[in-house]
Amino acid sequence: MTDPLPPPPKKNPQVRTVSPTRPPEARSRTALGLSAAAAEGRFELQHCDDCGKVQYPPRDACSGCLSTELRWKDTDAKGTLLAETTIHTSTKLYFRERTPWRTGSVQLDAGPVIICHLHGDCVRNGRVDIINRLDRSGQAVLLALPSQRSPHMEDDPQLRAMTSDPKHRRILITDARNPNTSEIARALSDAGASMIFVGLSETWRPSPTLDALSAMDKVDVLPLDVTDTHSVQKLAGAIGGKTDILINNARFLRPGGVLARSDTSFAKEEMEVNYFGLMRLAQSFGPVMASRTADGVNASVAWVNILSVHALSSQPEFGCFSASNAAARSLSQSLRAEFRASGLRVMNLYCGPTEDEWYQPLPPPKVTPQAVARTLVTGLQNGLEETYCGDVAKDVFERFRDNPLILERETTLAGDGA
Amino acid sequence: MSETILSDLAKALGDQSIKVIDLTHTLDPDFPVIILPPEFNQCARFRMEEISAYDHRGPAWKWHNITLSEHTGTHFDAPAHWISGRDLPNNSVDTINPANFVGPVMVIDCSEGSATNEDFELTPELILAWEEEHGEIPKDSWVLMRTDWSKKTGADYLNMRDDGPHSPGPTPDAIRFLIHERNIRGFGTETVGTDAGQGSHYTPPYPAHFYLHGAGKFGLQCLANLDLLPPRGAILLAAPLKIKDGTGSPLRVMALVQGNDI
Repeated sequence: MTDPLPPPPKKNPQVRTVSPTRPPEARSRTALGLSAAAAEGRFELQHCDDCGKVQYPPRDACSGCLSTELRWKDTDAKGTLLAETTIHTSTKLYFRERTPWRTGSVQLDAGPVIICHLHGDCVRNGRVDIINRLDRSGQAVLLALPSQRSPHMEDDPQLRAMTSDPKHRRILITDARNPNTSEIARALSDAGASMIFVGLSETWRPSPTLDALSAMDKVDVLPLDVTDTHSVQKLAGAIGGKTDILINNARFLRPGGVLARSDTSFAKEEMEVNYFGLMRLAQSFGPVMASRTADGVNASVAWVNILSVHALSSQPEFGCFSASNAAARSLSQSLRAEFRASGLRVMNLYCGPTEDEWYQPLPPPKVTPQAVARTLVTGLQNGLEETYCGDVAKDVFERFRDNPLILERETTLAGDGA
Repeated sequence: MSETILSDLAKALGDQSIKVIDLTHTLDPDFPVIILPPEFNQCARFRMEEISAYDHRGPAWKWHNITLSEHTGTHFDAPAHWISGRDLPNNSVDTINPANFVGPVMVIDCSEGSATNEDFELTPELILAWEEEHGEIPKDSWVLMRTDWSKKTGADYLNMRDDGPHSPGPTPDAIRFLIHERNIRGFGTETVGTDAGQGSHYTPPYPAHFYLHGAGKFGLQCLANLDLLPPRGAILLAAPLKIKDGTGSPLRVMALVQGNDI
C-alpha cells in the first residue's frame, strides 16, 4: 500500500524555494498524438486501418504492414506487468531530484508491450491499468496502476507528480457570486484541499452565496474583483505566494448576439470579466504561481478556467458571450504556453448551458453546480488540460472535433421560410 | 464694485475667514453605484489602469486611463438625464449656462430622522418648518438634503435588500413644492440618487428625477460633508465636465463657507 501523504509542514523561511525542473519534453510530431490524448485523460494508441494492429511507441507507419493509415483510437488499457526496475540515479535533473523512480514493461491485452512508469503498488506479473497522463513538461507519459484499488493509491509520489490533485493544496476560487462556487468549494474540501480562498466582488452589495460560503470550514472569503486591476494585484500580494490552484469561475453573461443588442455595453462587460479578468489574474497570480511549482507537497500545480463550450463554436443566441469565451480560450492557450516551462498546468473546463438565471428560458439538459464541481475535481485529480462537463459540452466538442464547419451550420440554422 | 467683492473674497479665502469645504467622495473602484435589474445596462464602476508608472512603459512619468459613467461617484445630473427633460433646450452638461455652476445653497437637516428611519421622507411640511427657522428658500438656490448617509460605508450605503434599496429621499410633493413654489436651481443628496431608495414606488416613479429634470433643474448626488455646511449662507461650486451631449458628470463639488458659520 501507499504511505498516506501527510499534510506538509509549515514552510521554512530560511530555505531557498526549489526551482522547477522538467522531465524531457522532446517528442516527434507523431508522438504528440499521445500528448493530445493525455490532455483529455484518454488512453489512445495508433490503430492500423489496414491490418488492425495496435502499436506502441507511436510511429509514422504500421510496424506490421508499413501502412500509413494509422488512427489514434481509445484503447483497452488493461495489461500485465512483465518486468520492473527502480531507478536510483539519472542524468536528467528532474529525475535526479525524484529518485527512486519505478519503471517497467507491460504486456497490453490490446497487443503491444509498452515501457511505462509504475505506481508503487504494482507487482510483477500483476494486472495493471495503464493511464496516459501529462508530466510536468506537458507531454504524455504512461503510468501503470494496480488494477485493484489500493489504500491511499492517489498519494503515490509518481502519480502525484503527474496530476493536479487538490489534496493538501490551497485554492483560490475567483468569484463568490457564481452560483457554482459553494459546490466547487465543497467538492475541493472533500478532496482534501487545505484552504479555500473565495474572491467576492463589490462587497457593497449583497451576495446570495456569502452566508453558505462563510459557514464552510476551510473557506476564507476575500475581496476580489477581476475587472479591477488594483483589486487583483492586492489579493495576489496577500495570497499569491500560497495559491497552489487557481480556479477562475468569474463569468459575465447576457443573452444576445450582435443585432439583439444596440450597443457594446454588455459585450464590454463580458470581455472585462471573461477575457480581461483572466488576463489580470494571470498577470498578478501567474508569475508567483509559476515560481512555486516545485515547492514541496503543496507546490503550485494548476490554473483552471471554466468556460462555455461555445468558446469552440458560437451559440448565436449567446453570440457575444460566446465570443468573449472564444477570446478567453485563445488566451488560455497563450497562458498554457507561457506556463509550460514552469510545469504549471492550465485546465479548461467547458460547460454547456448551466442551471442558473441566464439560461433559465432554455430547456434541459443543463449543467448543475454539482456536476461542474465533480468534473473539476476529477479533472484536477487526473491532471487534465481539457475537460467537458455534461452531455451538451461533450456533444458539441465531439462535433467540433469531427467537423467545425458542420457544427457551425448546425448551430446557425435560421429555420425554414414560409 | 465686483473688483471690491472679489478682492474681499480673495482676502477672505487667504485668511480663511471663508473656508472651502469639499463635498466630494473619492473616486474609488469600491464606491457603490446605482444597481438596476441585471437585464438593463448598468452604470460603469470607476476603474483605473496604469498607462505607465516611471517604468519601461514610460520611464519618467506616471499616468492612468480611467473609465467611469457620467453618473459614477459624486456627480451632477443634467435635465437630459431623464425622459421628462429630453426635449428641453440646453439640457446637457455642455450647454448649461455656466452661471448655474456657482450659487447659493440651502441645507435641510434630515439627519436625525434618517438615523432612525432608513426610508425617511423629506416632505413639504419639513421644508416649511425649515423655512420657519431659517427663512424662505431664495429663488434659484441649490437645496441639499442632509442625511449623514455619506458616512455609511460598504453594504449599508446602498442598503440593498430583496425589495430594493432603502435610503432617504424627497416625496413627490416636496419636489413639486421646491420647483413650483420656490423655483430652486437644483436638488442634491448624500445618497446614490436624488430619489429615495424606494423612489420607484412613488407616483410618478423617481419623482425627483422626473420633476426636477422636467423643469430644467439639476441634481447632485453622492455628496459628502453636508454636516459641515450652514443651513443657509454658503456658496456651492459644482461645475460638471463639458461633455458633448452629456447627461451628467462626475465632478468636484465644493462650498464656500464663512468662518463663523462652522
